[in-house]
Amino acid sequence: MANSSCSDIKVLGAWPSPFVMRVRIALNIKSVKYEFLEETHSSKSQLLLQSNPVYKKIPVLIHGGKPICESLIIVQYIDEVWSSGPSILPSDPYDRAIERFWAAYVDDKIFPSMKLLNTAQGEEKTALVEQVTEGLVLLEEAFQKSSKGKAFFGGDRIGFLDIAFGSMLGWLRAIEKMGGVKLLDEAKTPGLVQWAESLCGDGAVEGIIPDTEKLVEFAKILVKMKGH
Amino acid sequence: MAEEVLLFGVWGSPFSRRVEMALKLKGIQYKYFEEDLTNKSPTLLKYNPIHKKIPVLVHNGKPIAESQVILEYIDETWKGYPIFPKDPYERANARFWAKFIDEKCLPGIFNACWGEEKQHENAVKEACELLKHLENEIGEKKYFGGEAIGFLDIVANFIGFWLGIFEEASGTKLLTREEFPKLSNWVGVFVSSSGIKENLPPARDKLIAYFRSQFGTGSTDATK
Repeated sequence: MANSSCSDIKVLGAWPSPFVMRVRIALNIKSVKYEFLEETHSSKSQLLLQSNPVYKKIPVLIHGGKPICESLIIVQYIDEVWSSGPSILPSDPYDRAIERFWAAYVDDKIFPSMKLLNTAQGEEKTALVEQVTEGLVLLEEAFQKSSKGKAFFGGDRIGFLDIAFGSMLGWLRAIEKMGGVKLLDEAKTPGLVQWAESLCGDGAVEGIIPDTEKLVEFAKILVKMKGH
Repeated sequence: MAEEVLLFGVWGSPFSRRVEMALKLKGIQYKYFEEDLTNKSPTLLKYNPIHKKIPVLVHNGKPIAESQVILEYIDETWKGYPIFPKDPYERANARFWAKFIDEKCLPGIFNACWGEEKQHENAVKEACELLKHLENEIGEKKYFGGEAIGFLDIVANFIGFWLGIFEEASGTKLLTREEFPKLSNWVGVFVSSSGIKENLPPARDKLIAYFRSQFGTGSTDATK
């Protein structure tokens, strides 16, 4: 599988999507070349509608003509197909279960609250900031346990949970900026603050997470489009 | 080394029963603890402080929560009966539909059975659209896993058994043989399969009464 040609592997995505970032980081870890097909925000391509008829959403990985959908499922697929490259999931089943648990937590709890925080005001905003911060404190504990003093959840190298949560960092910073709030905090989540720096400096992540300014601009356009 | 496997569950929960199905298919000995969800044990809260939910599997003192995460753990830890397919693409496909069932089908079906009355027709239509995807996915296969029960069949236990319970409790029929012949076939095969039939909740009436007491008697007319 290591010698698939670039055209064999396509990623349907969009630059602002943290879910798409996950797929790209995973492919980078495995040093897999791929064709990136950018979807526009306003309309969905035929290829996307055909490849993901159930959700009609990005990211989609198309490998040898076969589509794989849902970012964390795609990342696991990448790990299993390009098994000779650096591992994304840990080898121990219990460690794998812990990473899967927390990745689901990011998607089910942290990300939805982050999204709502973007447009929230007043009391709702305060409550959401507390919710997100509480979630991050739990992740901090998980990080301390999982990393065992190393730079990443995965240890010396970026792994599954690093990708799942790390992909959210761009938007986390943008939301902090737009909302004038602090979510990742030296006092409450010192480990994660350090982790975020290490992650953003990693070779596999380089160029994937957009600059905070760019995301802030994009968010403003989105808000305008929705007529808020 | 003496192996200790504990399972904290609830007799009527599809999530809890999924884990039991997997353990039994693998032939793993385990100790079961029935939880009272209105009065959760300190042990459960200790093992799942984040969500405080069942099921929780505890293997040699280490807890794992979330039924699908537990199923993956079981398949990776104990050899013997294979729960997941070997091929990465088939594994991704099974995971995709498992996620679809829990994130879309469950709430969609719940809504159709116990949602607001004025949204009832729409909710039923949406739930049927969701079931249509599963009808297409099962196709001509005996099980979602092919010739033998697999991960997706276990996760689809909700469709296999609890959907019928919901339909009876709420008076809303969704899975008709006319509209879903293949999925209906699968349901029949699933509930009578060895490894599954012994692990379905007993006391069907008790379960129906329980859901009625929790969620009401459902939207008035059955539209099917």
